[in-house]
Amino acid sequence: MNFSFETWHITFFSLAVGLASTLLILPFGIALAWLFARREWPLKSIVETVVLLPLVMPPVSTGLILLKIFGRRSPVGQWLYDRGVEIVFNWKGVLIAMAVMSFPLLVRSVRTSFAEVNPRLEQIAATLGASPLRVFFVITMPLAYKGIVAGALLAFSRALGEFGATILLAGNIPGQTQTLSLAIYNYVQTGKDSDAYTLLGITVALAFLFVWSSEWMIRSGKNA
Amino acid sequence: MVLGWAQASARGDEILISAAASLTDVLKEINMAYQAKSKHTVKFNFGPSSGLARQIDEGAPADIFLSADLPQMDVLDKKDRLEPGTRKNLLSNQLVIVVAADAKLALSGPQDLLKAAIKRVALAEPSSVPAGVYGSKYLTDEGLWDKVKPKIVPVQDVRATLAAVESGNVEAGFVYKTDAAVSKKLKIVYEVPVEKGPRITYPVAIVKASKHKDAARDFLNYLQLSITKVTFKKYGFIVLN
Repeated sequence: MNFSFETWHITFFSLAVGLASTLLILPFGIALAWLFARREWPLKSIVETVVLLPLVMPPVSTGLILLKIFGRRSPVGQWLYDRGVEIVFNWKGVLIAMAVMSFPLLVRSVRTSFAEVNPRLEQIAATLGASPLRVFFVITMPLAYKGIVAGALLAFSRALGEFGATILLAGNIPGQTQTLSLAIYNYVQTGKDSDAYTLLGITVALAFLFVWSSEWMIRSGKNA
Repeated sequence: MVLGWAQASARGDEILISAAASLTDVLKEINMAYQAKSKHTVKFNFGPSSGLARQIDEGAPADIFLSADLPQMDVLDKKDRLEPGTRKNLLSNQLVIVVAADAKLALSGPQDLLKAAIKRVALAEPSSVPAGVYGSKYLTDEGLWDKVKPKIVPVQDVRATLAAVESGNVEAGFVYKTDAAVSKKLKIVYEVPVEKGPRITYPVAIVKASKHKDAARDFLNYLQLSITKVTFKKYGFIVLN
């Protein structure tokens, strides 16, 4: 076991970017989950499927698509580059890879918790004169918040474990874009098994903590 | 703007080198020595050569590409992504046959792979991964491929080959000498003579889109100094001239 400065740096970096990614997708995930749970609209099932794709596609292929989109030779990448924003080989690339890969898990969980809120309660609030926005924030959100927190924890865990999309989009640059998963890969590639096991231990502990918390939130939400 | 540039050049540039993951340790050691005498800062991006080439093709801001095989460099060369005149064959490696450190197998050359005691032989995927391509080509040249092929277990890469032999699930495996040197649970039983084995080459080049070509050239020159060659050799690489 070797808890060096590097180990802590990698762990802290992964946690920080994972947290930022989860906070970034939270408002979008909640809005989209609500639209899926409470509204009918054209092409809804198509959009639902597209949102879920990163969950089932090989992460490397998602990474390749992201690299195509944000690479400097693409219109989007060029546009961003002209404005001084670089995604590829940058912590922002880690953020985007994590966000895209964990988004489906968030939407899935939050959608389920919205669907479990009794629509009668929302209707009653509406007939009492509450605006749709007020109904959402006073009735729907508080009743579904455990599912939302559970979804966020799950998305955060997924973000921490991200590898395939990250290594393609953000690269594996020690001290700049190297996350726990990328560092484990590097240690394995160079035969440093004991360093890899240290990071593996940290990863397993964190994953256990967050997935367990997520499950606990879901269970306690059901009993409420 | 001008002031910023002046400051940057006084401090030196920061360059990024996309390098094959197998070069991690040797490059870190070389860079430590380089940092002590240069104003430039060097960062690395380690990954599989094919992924690194892909990133550079899409415009990722790498300044130098150090690949573990020629085809990935050729892809970028054909697409005109390399700075003309900077491409060089830097290093070479050697194929070796490894067995578990405690193995009691009588294995002294490739023909012994035919023995009944050798049930399975691990080799990186022979159709796409460089180590596998080299290994199968060598066995073909020796006239052994057809007979050894039924015993071959194709695995993901050299690391997976090492892991398979270490775990005892296969009796022997083909890896690079530099990788075999890292593991204490393995022993090298046969080194494929350099002149007999396929030519294993690690090419290097400056990326055409690089914004720090002077700094990149400086590091590229450093990689070819005799003091650096000693470090490469220490890790088991063969330095090409």
